[in-house]
Amino acid sequence: MSDHPTVYLDHAATTPMVDVAFEALTARLRVVGNASSLHGSGRDARRVVEESRERIARALGARPGEVVLTSGGTEADNLAVKGLFWCRRDQDPGRVRILASAVEHHAVLDALEWLAEREGAKVELIGVDARGRLDVDELRARIEADPGSVALVSVMWANNEVGTVQPVDEVVAIASAHGIPVHSDAVQAVGAVPVDFGASGLDALSLTAHKLGGPYGVGALVVRRDLALVPLLHGGGQERQVRSGTLDVPAVAAFAAAVEHAVKEQADHAARLSELRDDLVTRVLELVPDARVNGDPERRLPGYAHLSFPGCEGDSLLMLLDHQGIECSTGSACSAGVPQPSHVLLAMGRDEAEARSSLRFTLGRTTDPSDIDALVTAIGPAVERARAANR
Amino acid sequence: MSRQRVVVAMSGGVDSAVAAARAVDAGHDVTGVHLALSRNPGTYRSGSRGCCTIEDANDARRAADVLGIPFYVWDLSARFHDDVVEDFKGEYLAGRTPNPCLRCNEKIKFAAMLDRALGLGFDALATGHYATLREAPDGSVELHRAVDHGKDQSYVLGVLTQEQLRHALFPLGDTPKPEVRREAAERGLLVADKPDSHDICFVADGDTGGWLKDKLGAGSGTFVDHASGEVLGTHDGSFAFTVGQRRGLRIDRPAPDGRPRYVLSIEPVSQTVTVGPREELTVDRLEGIRPRWCGNAPEEPLEGTVQLRAHGEEHRARVSVVGEQVTVELHDPARGIAPGQSAVVYDGTRVVGSCTIASTARVCVGSTAP
Repeated sequence: MSDHPTVYLDHAATTPMVDVAFEALTARLRVVGNASSLHGSGRDARRVVEESRERIARALGARPGEVVLTSGGTEADNLAVKGLFWCRRDQDPGRVRILASAVEHHAVLDALEWLAEREGAKVELIGVDARGRLDVDELRARIEADPGSVALVSVMWANNEVGTVQPVDEVVAIASAHGIPVHSDAVQAVGAVPVDFGASGLDALSLTAHKLGGPYGVGALVVRRDLALVPLLHGGGQERQVRSGTLDVPAVAAFAAAVEHAVKEQADHAARLSELRDDLVTRVLELVPDARVNGDPERRLPGYAHLSFPGCEGDSLLMLLDHQGIECSTGSACSAGVPQPSHVLLAMGRDEAEARSSLRFTLGRTTDPSDIDALVTAIGPAVERARAANR
Repeated sequence: MSRQRVVVAMSGGVDSAVAAARAVDAGHDVTGVHLALSRNPGTYRSGSRGCCTIEDANDARRAADVLGIPFYVWDLSARFHDDVVEDFKGEYLAGRTPNPCLRCNEKIKFAAMLDRALGLGFDALATGHYATLREAPDGSVELHRAVDHGKDQSYVLGVLTQEQLRHALFPLGDTPKPEVRREAAERGLLVADKPDSHDICFVADGDTGGWLKDKLGAGSGTFVDHASGEVLGTHDGSFAFTVGQRRGLRIDRPAPDGRPRYVLSIEPVSQTVTVGPREELTVDRLEGIRPRWCGNAPEEPLEGTVQLRAHGEEHRARVSVVGEQVTVELHDPARGIAPGQSAVVYDGTRVVGSCTIASTARVCVGSTAP
């Protein structure tokens, strides 16, 4: 289609694989061995899995036994939310409330909705301010109203659409005073900001490999050992009886390499991306002065530039940029290819038209200044055209 | 033809897939666009009969993949709801029988979609309709019937104006349908043997009466004999009936002569459905409103033909236009014509334009005209 080189500015969707992960993956793709087998090949596979688990744990300030390997972020979120709800309700049938931010990823929100519809959960979504930051006072008030009835709290580490980093430390302080477990979806955060599970005081944390330079289809729920999660997947009980399914040994090895790499490079990576991102935002605003930057200007993921372009449909802009090889996202979930107005922007107080007028540019390891130049060259005419098409 | 930026409306069916392929072959810079017309994709129609399900969107996407063109979904569900679905309900409530496909072409495909495409820098909109375009000596664009008259879809395009036709491409107009299917198979398009869509895309099971009852609620009214004025029975909602309908009337008392009864007219306010024998359905004069002309409106009365329903027969007719009023005198009488239907006017194979039938009459045929 396009004769232009691809300018990939959608690293929040997925990231190119880093060399160390690629090497770890390909080194094991043709090696036989089920990590549950008792013979030599099985032991070899199990050794790779356990070494990988230890490396992941070390990078995240967790103990190896706390790392439950999953098929990715969605499974980790589902396991955390449903598994914690069931286990807490079993201990005390009165514990049916779940408190979560209104801007959670759909992997959490839809799991909560299901629990409300099918399992009698009472879900309460806590609002955010105009920058997308959780209303901590509201959370505190709702917990203190009846702490004994709260099964769990789930607040993401950083928002996947606008990049706002949530006050997870404050959430943990409030909830732990009442012995309420806290889960955090850190899928976008690991490698972008410092994430230390042990120091955070969290009870459970989700992450996935492909957002930080690893392969698709593997992730983890890091979860405290003393929490008796009720499993979602039953079978061989491979992951401490909480998660069943033959482990993807090459992917697990690559996941570990990617996490280790991402965490080691995090500070330099964040500094480099912030600078590129700030350059992008400044130059786009010069060309489109009425564009609006979304998210928290201070506490935001370094690679995130989320902008609203008044008078434009986000998906028109996306198509026009795509035609020139510039790849970004409207940031919100799609239904059959149609971007829905973002629940995140609506929760931040924007109206539907504003929510539909937004684009998310997310920078990553392979982004360089020429990518920003390409976007800056294209954005002015694209906005003009998208406005014409919307009249 | 010069290289144009073309957007192809891809429904997920075989016709629009081949239309897109031919636009690519013609050297155009082609982008595939599937319209999301349902607010709840998947609830409109199941299986492969329509153009509104997630499955159809996926079929369109896979065809675009095979052709190597970019593909997007445009959400026009709000416009479709307001301009087509609500219009459809309103017309039935007013006792008329609309054709939503014409309305969709007029308001959605060649208005909302075309406007957006032109605004985004595209030059033309291609669809898989069977119709042809020709350039007239004066440089204007003429809309003609497809070469395959059995498959011709110029009727549902009779609402297009010159401005819309100037930006339209119908790559299939010169080809019979079986050839299009063969071509699709040769090109490796998986939709080659997908069944044609029928009926109304937003009526999931094809049961229009049931859909209307569901959306408009049950009403009630009476059946009245056309000659005697006698009340023959009751029904639960006049919008479930259409002029010319025979089945499903459920009138207990048979006609004295034992012949079947047909719906002759519907009076929406009192929900009175007038019934009578078949010959009473015959009309030879139509009054039309809301004319849409493909070029200039006929200044002199036109001796041509009219078509009164999709895939209906042609009737020789004299068409006179005074402002927004169109009078059609049928030389070949027609039967079972309902207000709300569209009359598309032809001069030979050329589409002149269309109007919405406001009323029908019998002037020269029969003797018991109401």
